[in-house]
Amino acid sequence: MHRVAVTGMGVICAIGSNTSEYWTSLKDGRGGIGPIQSVDCTNLRFRNGAEVHAFNGNDHFDSKRADFMDRFAQFAVVAAREAVRDAKLEWTSALRSSTAVITGSCLGGQTTEDCGFVDLYRQGRNRVHPLTIPKSMANAAASHICIELGITGPGFTVSTACSSAAHALGLGFWMVRAGVAPLAIAGGSEAPFSFGIMKAWEALRVVSSTTCRPFSRDRNGMILGEGAAILVLESFDMAQARGAPIYGEIVGFGMSSDAGHLTHPSPDGAAMAMQKALADAHLEAAQVEYINAHGTGTEVNDPVEVAAIRTVFGKHADSIAVSSTKSMHGHALGAAAALEAVAAILALHHGVIPPTINFTAPDPACPLDVVPNCSRRADVGYCLSNSFAFGGMNASLAIRRV
Amino acid sequence: MGFMANTIVSSDRVIDRVRAVVADNQRISVDQITADTRFEDLGMDSLDATNLMFALEDAFDISIPDDDAKALHSVRQVATGIQKLLIERPQDTTVSSG
Repeated sequence: MHRVAVTGMGVICAIGSNTSEYWTSLKDGRGGIGPIQSVDCTNLRFRNGAEVHAFNGNDHFDSKRADFMDRFAQFAVVAAREAVRDAKLEWTSALRSSTAVITGSCLGGQTTEDCGFVDLYRQGRNRVHPLTIPKSMANAAASHICIELGITGPGFTVSTACSSAAHALGLGFWMVRAGVAPLAIAGGSEAPFSFGIMKAWEALRVVSSTTCRPFSRDRNGMILGEGAAILVLESFDMAQARGAPIYGEIVGFGMSSDAGHLTHPSPDGAAMAMQKALADAHLEAAQVEYINAHGTGTEVNDPVEVAAIRTVFGKHADSIAVSSTKSMHGHALGAAAALEAVAAILALHHGVIPPTINFTAPDPACPLDVVPNCSRRADVGYCLSNSFAFGGMNASLAIRRV
Repeated sequence: MGFMANTIVSSDRVIDRVRAVVADNQRISVDQITADTRFEDLGMDSLDATNLMFALEDAFDISIPDDDAKALHSVRQVATGIQKLLIERPQDTTVSSG
């Protein structure tokens, strides 16, 4: 069994075009939610989102290659480049052939599909672009990372809605821990701002008409976000031997399925994921001092998550700081858990807990310290990062400060 | 598909139409549904309710705002809400059959 270090991170999202910008926004409590610019919202019930503004694939890829990539895959490669550069990796053919690439995405390249279907159904054309399938397949992000870096080891994609990236990171962690791969490049990416997908979210009636206020009494829904976060996970010994930067250590991973309702979360399932993460890490509940919550800001999710935290931690729950960074970067679906894992790792690394912003008033149904509106200095040894997906598929990562 | 958009809306007719939509949407007999039936009494959960709102929007050619939808828990509440939406709707439509 190997210990697993995080030696590189790459981020692109509404509050930062790299990890450094992302962390500055998180610690300053600066949100990225605003009027959606990429889609005409005239006929939508919501207007606000957390978009990556001014992103042009041609700034990051030669124009022919950019044509072959949906926005969600472009985000993933941009984040992977930063993560690998950050980790100061020196590639050998042996490392390339044994490294794992695991990405998460909820929707895949739905913007590409949406455009193709507009051509068919609205424009009356009798064909769609030949790249529609290779651009929209959910594993395109992993494929492009492998192509970019010449990685020939195991590569695959996990799609478990809002837990996708947590499952990708957890599996990468387990592969490195077990010695199946010396290195895993894992995370998630999403680009959900297409009219068809936004209409589908509208119909589900869970998107806020204003903003994302997790755990706040007047919360009224989630806010869609986009972007990617990719992490380099490697065996602790290898990282130390090559003098790599070590930002944190992943020590546990837990998964569970609600086996209940398709969209209504279960406190039992969420609690079980956290309990399994603690057990996997050989951690006592009392050692956890921070939780980066799933915290979507919907009426139903937040009290269920609070109840689950109380089940797992009992009285100690009152001593845990619990924040939802979705209040800043929005809910980036299949990328969310990777963005949040980076937030949690950096919180421990810098000794600063990012806040839950847009918080106006406590909700008696969410009685925890949710770090309202302002970040806080705190030396945290261990934390959890939670993800609870539609479909009742839950995941929790346990992280240790290094 | 519209329902009496530019005429005075009959409360009983709206209630009967709502009952029919609920019955069809939830795959139950309309005889099991009265004006005072609450959706939770039919075993409906939040996703069932969202599904029903979509069917009602189709049947009455209306758009039910999210905040209004959250407050609709019975056939009568839905019928009252729909009557309000139909009356408030611009009168430029020619639809009049139920």
